[in-house]
Amino acid sequence: MKIEKTILFVLMGLAVFLFLDMGVYARSYGRSDIFKEDIYDPGTLKPRDSVLKVKVGDRAPDFILPAVSDGKVSLSQYLNKMNVVLSFVPAAWTPVCSDQWPGYNIVKKIFDQHDAILLAISVDNIPTLFAWTHQMVTDGGNLWFPVLSDFWPHGAVAHKYGVLRSDGMSERAIFVIDKKGVIQYIDVHDINQRPPLEGIVRELEKLQN
Amino acid sequence: MKRIFMNQLAAVAIFVFVFNIQPSGANSTPEKGGTLPAIKLDVPKDPAHRSYLGLSGEGLFDISEIKAQVVIIQIFSMYCPYCQREAFRVNELYENIEKDPNTRGKLKLIGIGAGNSQFEVDIFQKTYEVTFPLFSDGDFSIHKSLGEVRTPYFIGVKINDDGSHEVCYSSVGGFEKAERFLQIMLELSGLK
Repeated sequence: MKIEKTILFVLMGLAVFLFLDMGVYARSYGRSDIFKEDIYDPGTLKPRDSVLKVKVGDRAPDFILPAVSDGKVSLSQYLNKMNVVLSFVPAAWTPVCSDQWPGYNIVKKIFDQHDAILLAISVDNIPTLFAWTHQMVTDGGNLWFPVLSDFWPHGAVAHKYGVLRSDGMSERAIFVIDKKGVIQYIDVHDINQRPPLEGIVRELEKLQN
Repeated sequence: MKRIFMNQLAAVAIFVFVFNIQPSGANSTPEKGGTLPAIKLDVPKDPAHRSYLGLSGEGLFDISEIKAQVVIIQIFSMYCPYCQREAFRVNELYENIEKDPNTRGKLKLIGIGAGNSQFEVDIFQKTYEVTFPLFSDGDFSIHKSLGEVRTPYFIGVKINDDGSHEVCYSSVGGFEKAERFLQIMLELSGLK
């Protein structure tokens, strides 16, 4: 009977492995050669590991964070001036995150057309974010949008919005906030996948109507 | 008790058998001298792109159906900084091919956006004024079948008269000079 149980255990393990390999939970991501072998792959993570503390229709909690490009940026400085898109990414130097903000860097025109600013937020510290985002711009310039460090107190802003994971990373989340400071859209995305750009654009178009 | 165990064993064995015949998530990178995995792309809606590729109608087509002696495939992503930087060089490659009567019609260039939706591919196409056809691989299925290569990645495919094909170039990263890259492609494909 003991041998039978062992056989069953091994077969079940194999079945689980094949199930994961089928692509049901398998993660797919692109990786730019610009990062060479410098990307750390944490593997497939629990898609979501936090509970939102805000909802659509709420006033977006204000914050002030240091920016990689120097100085500090607050959410309230855009009040009554611009729509704001917050893009939380889990961690620098990881596969999906490294393949997200560089795309936003070529669509400034779309944000401008919708009176919108992108605030990119990570729980990494400034030196790490400096080195990482420096790789994202190949002409030696900077990303057009502020990159903000939510490092200390660690993940305080992510915690305030309810997107801080139990391991200290943030979720991969998008918040669209209108000029009045009201949250109009929330996408706490599967951490293993990049949210499609059209989701953000569609929500910005709604703000124009 | 033994009967329950046998039922459990049979259920697990069936599961293992059924899913073991499914293709694995990641495949190997195309190798020079080898063939491409089956890649099906949507026939472009743009008549100019259809004409360029020598395709007609709707539905899906295979790389080997492109009317050319050599097809250069660029795997790119609008999210890839390297691809953004390379875009003007790839445009230059396309222009060099098209302006030379010795290469025009013989070499065709296409791009496949790994993990890019059609919307994202269109953004890349407009931003960098790409005039050759770009295709969406939104679910990474093609990217997976090509061994999840880093981007940009270039594959040269020689199309034989009998409809078969052979990979004659397969490499990650961009190229310094479009003219030099074209010469390499001509030599490796046997067109020169």
